Amino acid sequence: MATRQTQFLARSLLTPAVGLLFVWMIVPLALTIYFSTLHYSLLDPGSEAFVGLENFRYFLTDPAFLASLQNTLVLVGSVLALTILLGIPLALLMDQPVIGRNFVRLMVIAPFFVMPTVSALVWKNLLMHPVSGLFAWLAKLVGATPIDWFNDVPLFAVILIVAWQWLPFATLILLTALQSLDEEQKEAAEMDGASAVSTFIYITLPHLARPITVVILIETIFLLTVFAEIFVTTGGGPGLQTTNIAFLIYSQALIQFDVGSASAGGLVAVVIANIVAFFLVRIVGRNLEA
Amino acid sequence: MARMATTQRVVISTIGAWFFGFLIFFPILWMVLASFKTELEAFAIPPSFLFFHWTTENYATVQERSDYFHHAMNSIIIAGGSTLIALLIAIPAAWSMAFSPTKRTKDILLWMLSTKMMPPVGVLVPIYLIFKTFGLLDSRIGLVFILCLGNLPIVIWMLFTYFKEIPRDILEAARMDGATIGRELIYVLTPMAIPGLASTMLLNLILAWNEAFWTLNLTTSNAAPLTTFIASYSSPEGLFWAKLSAASTLAIAPILVLGWFSQKQLVRGLTFGAVK
Repeated sequence: MATRQTQFLARSLLTPAVGLLFVWMIVPLALTIYFSTLHYSLLDPGSEAFVGLENFRYFLTDPAFLASLQNTLVLVGSVLALTILLGIPLALLMDQPVIGRNFVRLMVIAPFFVMPTVSALVWKNLLMHPVSGLFAWLAKLVGATPIDWFNDVPLFAVILIVAWQWLPFATLILLTALQSLDEEQKEAAEMDGASAVSTFIYITLPHLARPITVVILIETIFLLTVFAEIFVTTGGGPGLQTTNIAFLIYSQALIQFDVGSASAGGLVAVVIANIVAFFLVRIVGRNLEA
Repeated sequence: MARMATTQRVVISTIGAWFFGFLIFFPILWMVLASFKTELEAFAIPPSFLFFHWTTENYATVQERSDYFHHAMNSIIIAGGSTLIALLIAIPAAWSMAFSPTKRTKDILLWMLSTKMMPPVGVLVPIYLIFKTFGLLDSRIGLVFILCLGNLPIVIWMLFTYFKEIPRDILEAARMDGATIGRELIYVLTPMAIPGLASTMLLNLILAWNEAFWTLNLTTSNAAPLTTFIASYSSPEGLFWAKLSAASTLAIAPILVLGWFSQKQLVRGLTFGAVK
């Protein structure tokens, strides 16, 4: 019963949101593209000049780019693997008849609500400190040499922190999906004599395929731009060992003040994120029709 | 028919779940404990778990030396302000798309979602320069604006999925009874939409409170919210673990409570309705 009047009203209610998001998307992106073609350093104002694709050549052939691309991929891949491989058994466990399940749920979800700067500093100092951290004390208890996390395995240390933050997210989504699994289907399988393992492989896992995909895509979008955890723990170092693409762009922009090169890097990051976003939007879109 | 849970199974899964739950929660607990220790005890090896000299002096020191409340206030204003403005813009938009959908509604929704996919670092340079030009660096108003726009797609999406669930028949009935759009909005829709609005607001508050890319890059002191304030403890001079822990505990406590209230809606909000 959409009359002309309501149609007009509906459109005018929608316009502010669409307009703002459009400006928010287009203006900074257009500026990034524009800056990426300039020689533009904040340390040397007034010397801006058009240099074509020179910034891209510089950014993409910079050894720091390859190193940071590799770190980004290792970071994203490892955190995804850890959160899903630990999240599935954890969700399965919490789906069992557990006394006080709600309380366990609260404990498991808690790290997700901790701001990144807090998680990173608490892990770095209270847990991972090579002399006075809890891990060092535990290592000495069992007679092992304490690990100097941020010197010996800096990227792995960052991975652990980020995985701790995202494990609750993966677990909660998988648990929600498990709880919507049809109990009767599992019961029927059990009555037919299916073992727990084959019930898991043939019934539970296929049911989890979609939520796992959603977890992978959403986590990837956030993990591609992990920043605060690196900013407060390692500052990208030692050397470039924990510099990911987001941190590299930040340091080119706000430490070296090289606007042109940072903009080129920013566009590279946008392209990478868009490849992931393409798949996510398709999955969500399919869900919209159902 | 529910499956019969044997006692043994309940015992094993309960112990397992509590063990792993505790393990995951432990870093937070350890931080809270450290906040009640003296600096010496926080640093001591072997560490003391419960039998130390409990003190609240760190909480007092954090406020005295670094004006904790100033930063907490910034966090409240920035997270609260950006959430309120986002809701004001999103409610009409989501209402319109849920109740007067056109054939382009789906495309608009997906396009909005795709703006959220843009990595913030991709637009760091222009935003930083715009802020610099207009004197918005280290200002609360600038951050409110950025966080509001950044979270707007999620807010619209969540509201849309909630509004969608309000049964159409009720609206039809109200219209039959001669209700105008205004009355329909106030007396029929609003009461039904309040749970959805509340959880959208909660989730957005949490996201804005913990946002640590724009806050770190665009603020230094005046407008610095708690994320930036805590980051200042990363400087290597002197180790203030107990004070860091006290400041951190205060910074995460309110959001942890809000988060626990909203955890049921969290999945839906963060997956854009793809997992319910």
